[in-house]
Amino acid sequence: MGVKLNALLKSPWVFHLSTGSCNNCDIEVLDCLTPRFDIERFGMLLAGSVRHADVLLVTGSANRKSMERVKKLYEQVPKPCLVVAIGECALSRGMFINSYNCPVPVDKIIPVDVYVPGCPPRPEAIIAAITKLIGKVKKGAEKS
Amino acid sequence: MPRTIVPIGPYHPLQEEPEFFSLTVDGERVVGIDVHLGYNHRGIEKLSEMKTFDQATFVVERICGICSTSHPFAFCQAVEDIFPMEVPERAKYIRTIIAEGERIHSHLLWLGLAGHFLGYNTVFMWAWKLREEILDVMEILSGNRNNYAMFRPGGVRRDIKAEDIPVVLKKLDSIVPTLDMLRRAVMDDPVLHARTKGVGSLSKKDALSYGALGPTARASGVARDLRKNCSYAAYDRVQWDMIVRQNGDVFDKLVVRVLETFESIKIMKQCLTALPSGEIDARIKNVPPGEGIGHIEAPRGECFHYVRSDGTNRPARHKVRAPTFMNLPTYKATIVGATISDATIILAAIDPCYCCTERLAVRDTKGTRLYGGEDLVKLSQEKTQRLRKELGVG
Amino acid sequence: MNRETVLQDLRKKFSGEIVEFMEKSPKRVYIEIKKDSLRKWASYMIKDLGARFNIASGVDSRAHIEVLYHFTLEDINLIISLRVRLKKTDLEIDSLGAEYPAANWIEREIHEILGVNFKGHPDMRKLLLSDDWPEGVYPLRRDYKEWDPNAIRDRGV
Repeated sequence: MGVKLNALLKSPWVFHLSTGSCNNCDIEVLDCLTPRFDIERFGMLLAGSVRHADVLLVTGSANRKSMERVKKLYEQVPKPCLVVAIGECALSRGMFINSYNCPVPVDKIIPVDVYVPGCPPRPEAIIAAITKLIGKVKKGAEKS
Repeated sequence: MPRTIVPIGPYHPLQEEPEFFSLTVDGERVVGIDVHLGYNHRGIEKLSEMKTFDQATFVVERICGICSTSHPFAFCQAVEDIFPMEVPERAKYIRTIIAEGERIHSHLLWLGLAGHFLGYNTVFMWAWKLREEILDVMEILSGNRNNYAMFRPGGVRRDIKAEDIPVVLKKLDSIVPTLDMLRRAVMDDPVLHARTKGVGSLSKKDALSYGALGPTARASGVARDLRKNCSYAAYDRVQWDMIVRQNGDVFDKLVVRVLETFESIKIMKQCLTALPSGEIDARIKNVPPGEGIGHIEAPRGECFHYVRSDGTNRPARHKVRAPTFMNLPTYKATIVGATISDATIILAAIDPCYCCTERLAVRDTKGTRLYGGEDLVKLSQEKTQRLRKELGVG
Repeated sequence: MNRETVLQDLRKKFSGEIVEFMEKSPKRVYIEIKKDSLRKWASYMIKDLGARFNIASGVDSRAHIEVLYHFTLEDINLIISLRVRLKKTDLEIDSLGAEYPAANWIEREIHEILGVNFKGHPDMRKLLLSDDWPEGVYPLRRDYKEWDPNAIRDRGV
């Protein structure tokens, strides 16, 4: 698995999925595309469809209406796929932990590889998280 | 196809999901629209009842990321309305400065997205690059790019340092030339006129009967702006103009937002230079039992909060009404009868939370699913290319 | 049109339908009205005074469920809130959403989060809650209890 992922990660395509968020994290993810932060210099592109994704960026606190959707989308993503949870809501629902419409955190629905805390995390933090993840996977692939 | 299309997600090509917007089409025309809400519903009103008044300010900041200052502003006004009391003068000016900074960043964000939907990806990149300058200004003033956490019932939480003001004024002046360039690009481009004039028109009668708010209503001739009519904070102490247009189509909504950005810069500069000295917080100790209403002009319209207190340190009831709630039903009047390639720009014209607009599905009258969100954006961008060729523009 | 004449006219025209008239401050007035007169009030406010229907708030105040209808008169900077107190055994009121498009969605929301029945509403479907939300459970009531056995409410640390 490690070697295959390593090959894909030369130019990872990221897909952005919101499970019911306030959009702040989503806008910071979009900000990564803009000239100041520019993830394209790392070879990262925003994929138009989930079937082309290598890395899944998940935001939001997984409310009841979007739980099924998240599960189905994760099943559609071609494996291997890395999941990055961005923002406090995706980590543990943050301040919405007692909300009647947010029963479980995202990592109980789909497996998460990297957690990026912050409300919202800065675009620099998001890019750093993805590059760190890619570096870690590459090292893991070299070992095996 | 050259890599000029910037796909912005999330797109959900699933077949059996209830989409946020479900359009029914007959041939090329839209004949019906259904809106499904609830994908971002996190039960904030119930959550407020479990938090103290100070903590509730942070909860409401996270209702929407784009207008994250408008909700704390309206909530703090509602709590102050329970007494009723006025905040100190310096706090009023600081509140105005932060609120207008947010308006500029929100309108620039919308301009970029509108450019993307129409196929002008350069506008998208330029508008968001310019937006970074405003976020730098907000970071100097408040410490963060968004979620400024500046509001508290009774005043503001942090002060503006005197040495920051000349830096901020200089940065605001440096934004104006680029903004002017964007304005001229928008107002003078014939393809843009062909794409947006007469498209998605909302009549004044419909705007009034649906209770439309903000730029959506002001583009249809409804000359109301809470900052002028029900003036609050420092808006009646500075000079600025209300922008109103008459036709109610997408072009007018675009013009209203672009011109409002210039007015916001004017307000910010006047407030920064005339900032009075004094206290920034009235230091509320206990909220008496009673009820209060706070309403302010957010970038999208009137943001309305109703708070009831029973004398404890938690709200007994907190009702939140975001402006998009009243603007969304106007789709019944604007999009029915339009062509599919105009659908995305009409949906984007009222400036809803962008995350919801691309969750879209188009079906024919028998219920067969024809297109998804990304297909509609492509259709819109292709129409712009066609018009470009027809008008003989470069 | 100014504030004094508007309020005077309201007191005169609806003298039989007012339960309590509270002028809280120059910009806020709260009027408790009799349930059956709601449509007359709404018609007068929207058609004769030209007020804008702002939103409706439902409140569970233990003994009753109140529905407040907020109307804004922007030109004189006044918000008039009409309060209707409903007994918990009789949670029914005439719908304004049938006649005024601005009130359509908020009545759907109050119906699903508080359980008030709006008679004559053209399209009473769920607005915000998911389809698998149990019937008869109203989240904003004071006696709402967690019904989902799979919900996780601690951070696990």
